[in-house]
Amino acid sequence: MLGMALVSLVATAVGIAISLAIDWFPPQASTAAEDIDHLWDVLLIASVPIFVLVMSVAIYSVLLFRAKPGDLSDGAPIHGNTKLEIVWVTIPFIMVSALAAYGWVVLNDIEKKQADDMVVNVTAQQFAWRFNYPDEGKVKSNQLVLAKDRPVEFHVRTEDVLHSFWVPEFRLKTDAVPGQTTKIRVTPSRLGEYEVVCAELCGLGHSTMRQNVRVLSPDEFDQWLASEQNEEGGGDAAAGGGGDQAAAGKEVFIGDGGCTACHTLADAQSASAIGPGLDELTANAEKFGKQEGQSPEEYVRTAIEDPNAFLVPDFNAGVMPTDFEKRLSPAEIDTLVKYLLSVSGGGK
Amino acid sequence: MTLAARLRGPGWYRAALSQPLSFLVALVITVGIRAAYGYEPLFDWDAITTVALLAMPLGFIVGIGCFDYWFRWASGAPTIPEDHSGHGAKTWRDYFRVNTDHKVIGIQYIITTFFFFIVGGLMAMVVRAELAQPGTQFVDPNTYNGLFSVHASLMIFLFIIPVFAGIANYVIPLMIGAPDMAFPRLNALSFWMLPTAGVMMMASFFAEGGAFATGWTAYAPLSTETPIGQQFFTIGVQFAGASSIATALNFLVTIITMRAPGMTFWRMPLLVWANFTTSLLVVIATPFIAGSQFFVLLDRSLGTHFFDQAAGGDVLMYQHVFWFYSHPAVYIMMLPGFGIVSEVISTHARKPVFGYRMMAFSLVAIVILGFTVWAHHMFVSGMFDWLRVPMMVTTMLIAVPTGIKIFSWLATLWRGVIHLTTPMLFALGFITMFTLGGISGIILAVIPVVIHVSDTYFIVAHIHYVLFGGSVFTIFAGLYHWFPKMTGRMYDERLGKVHFWLSFIFFNLTFGPMHFVGIDGMPRRVADYADQFATLNALISVSSFIFGLTFLIFLYNMITSARNGPRAVANPWRAHSIEWQVSSPPPVFNFDEIPTVVGGPYEYGVPGAVHAVWGDDKAPSKTKVSHDATPQPAGGGAPPPNE
Repeated sequence: MLGMALVSLVATAVGIAISLAIDWFPPQASTAAEDIDHLWDVLLIASVPIFVLVMSVAIYSVLLFRAKPGDLSDGAPIHGNTKLEIVWVTIPFIMVSALAAYGWVVLNDIEKKQADDMVVNVTAQQFAWRFNYPDEGKVKSNQLVLAKDRPVEFHVRTEDVLHSFWVPEFRLKTDAVPGQTTKIRVTPSRLGEYEVVCAELCGLGHSTMRQNVRVLSPDEFDQWLASEQNEEGGGDAAAGGGGDQAAAGKEVFIGDGGCTACHTLADAQSASAIGPGLDELTANAEKFGKQEGQSPEEYVRTAIEDPNAFLVPDFNAGVMPTDFEKRLSPAEIDTLVKYLLSVSGGGK
Repeated sequence: MTLAARLRGPGWYRAALSQPLSFLVALVITVGIRAAYGYEPLFDWDAITTVALLAMPLGFIVGIGCFDYWFRWASGAPTIPEDHSGHGAKTWRDYFRVNTDHKVIGIQYIITTFFFFIVGGLMAMVVRAELAQPGTQFVDPNTYNGLFSVHASLMIFLFIIPVFAGIANYVIPLMIGAPDMAFPRLNALSFWMLPTAGVMMMASFFAEGGAFATGWTAYAPLSTETPIGQQFFTIGVQFAGASSIATALNFLVTIITMRAPGMTFWRMPLLVWANFTTSLLVVIATPFIAGSQFFVLLDRSLGTHFFDQAAGGDVLMYQHVFWFYSHPAVYIMMLPGFGIVSEVISTHARKPVFGYRMMAFSLVAIVILGFTVWAHHMFVSGMFDWLRVPMMVTTMLIAVPTGIKIFSWLATLWRGVIHLTTPMLFALGFITMFTLGGISGIILAVIPVVIHVSDTYFIVAHIHYVLFGGSVFTIFAGLYHWFPKMTGRMYDERLGKVHFWLSFIFFNLTFGPMHFVGIDGMPRRVADYADQFATLNALISVSSFIFGLTFLIFLYNMITSARNGPRAVANPWRAHSIEWQVSSPPPVFNFDEIPTVVGGPYEYGVPGAVHAVWGDDKAPSKTKVSHDATPQPAGGGAPPPNE
């Protein structure tokens, strides 16, 4: 018995040492990450002894009380032991209560409202993320750029189905729910490039729904913000002037339209294969358009507004969202059609 | 028999005929209604498929003959007198008929569910092949999403839940000294609904747009927008759910009303307790998943707006209703296993179950607590914040009754005489794996950690530790344990041990590393992943293939032993419970004479203790020890009355 207790103690110590030595998590890139990783360590320290205890008793029983060949006897007729049963009700009860209390404290800590945090609106759609900074001149971006040590409150929305906004290095996650704005607070604490990952199954392109996150120093961040604000103004001027419709179409393609999430198009540097590739679109629009009795422009417009009306061979109905007609303005769709037909003649 | 007679009488001919007929009915109803409303196009194949998915399984069940007796009775026609010709199975063909014998139904359940286990397992193999390296290799994303969705649905609704019902079907009436289940015809109906549900889920791969691809959770609004394959899940679940509710009712009534004289609740074996509590869970919880899937069905087919946020629907309501079933469902998939492990450990360690009453109370506690924790699946779902902490606390409290069970099993082992037979090995393996799964379960209640690991491979690891290392190991333990009783032959002990050790090792190599990739940032349900996870995923895939192959050892052992294994004696484990006191396999009507229960079921080591006595021995005897009864050869029981 003494030997068993000794071996179990050593096993517990070794188990805890190993479990703490393992590098479980991605790098800590937010203030919450430290709290959560610490909580994890405490959970491990509480778990290992329980597991070792169960294993030791099981292994020792098998070693000590294994039947000899031909032994037909019975074990000791012990039906229970009230004291022991009280012990193994009470100790787990105290343990889980303490862990729950600690978990609650950490939860309040990581969700605490920070003074003067910056709001970032996150919009999810199948299968892309878009970000805008409402308090910073309404800057829009396809990558999430944040400043180190500057608290952020994300307001997460979705335009279609459920998604889940997750940056593993921040440890924080929230679903994007139709009809709701969900919020999480993050204070980035480490410079670097990470990924925002969709964690809730959202359809065919779910595994490709990842975008870049950059945490910059506050100075670099302000520079980035300023350059985006300029570009934003410039882009609007171009679209407003009506001079270069195709350039505006490209904005829609990689911006609000979110088309790059599913379609390959060399000009927009996208390479996803969920929907048909668009580098040959001009040729296809002529070919399929003729079949359907449409001009190439009509064909492309229909493909955007009513994607299930005609299916490119090898692609299924119901994959492409059917609400682009609502989501984009008629003018935006116009520019998109012009843009697509202007850059997809490359094959010929 | 003429063909016309065959088509009129119950059986496969009529079932085959029913299929085109019920399809035609569905077609006429759908087209008729569309014509009456002037809808275009008249032949909307999505609508026709939906109605056919409801009509054809019903047609099959009617055709095969589940309703014949009730139809005659209801219409006032003379019923065919119950001559018990449907009892017992003389050839393998008898297993393909509607049969009211609980032992035949039990075998039907087990074989059918293992068929779906194999299909679901093969799908997992394809999933692992695709995940063996980053990028797309074998299947496109749509097929991939379909594969893991159908895999999970088959494993949950067509394997784990019903295989426990199958084992219980065979064992429980014998254990409580009943000649059959309370409602044998309902029992048959419950069984025949199952294959229709499973075939429907498999058939979804042939639907336009592919199989249902929204996971077994089928979260709205994705599930209300995806192609027609989703209907195969939505409707398939209704049949599987109806089957499990009917079976649970049957168990409740059987256990409450048909116990042998003297079998008080405190003398019931723990497997009976486990199925009693499981059945309570099934009856209370299953209507909720039926409801959630009906909402999806109505949203998809009739244009209701349960989950259409733009029209005032509520997306989160789906998750609340779904998990109000699906969390208790994990206990539906675990409590019967607890029962099996109690039987196996006590019998093979030759000791009374330690703290029997606490074991029974802890089952009841899990049932009650099990209804108060569903929202721990929704910590990042955007639901109202205040519910999270109470649900964290209740979830962690479930560790207390679960801990009671684990510690009591350990205490049962202590000072026993432990026979390391295959069922015992699987029970010990279960304790190990389930403790790990339980610990990760505690971790998955602590909200700040869950915010990081929810929807990652950590969840995949946890669910497989509790459902495979937990439930499936207990299923193996139970099948090896009762194999001699069911078949009258012994399985090959050496192959059984090889099966155990290989599956124990490769189970851990398959699912253990998933904890690491999950915490490190790999989301679940992805066809492709970041390169940093490539090494561990390759290891997982290779292990999973070997793990899959180990199942063949089990299959070979079961098949060859059932045909050619050495004859089993009535009570090879020298157990006390009643099912072991009759021949192996048991007589067609279980007992010539109903036994009288005079003591607890696990009185190992108590001199002179017996659980049940027959006839002249009714007065509790101080000298007779039940395992002294000389083991009878197979078929040694009294012949059934009709032979």
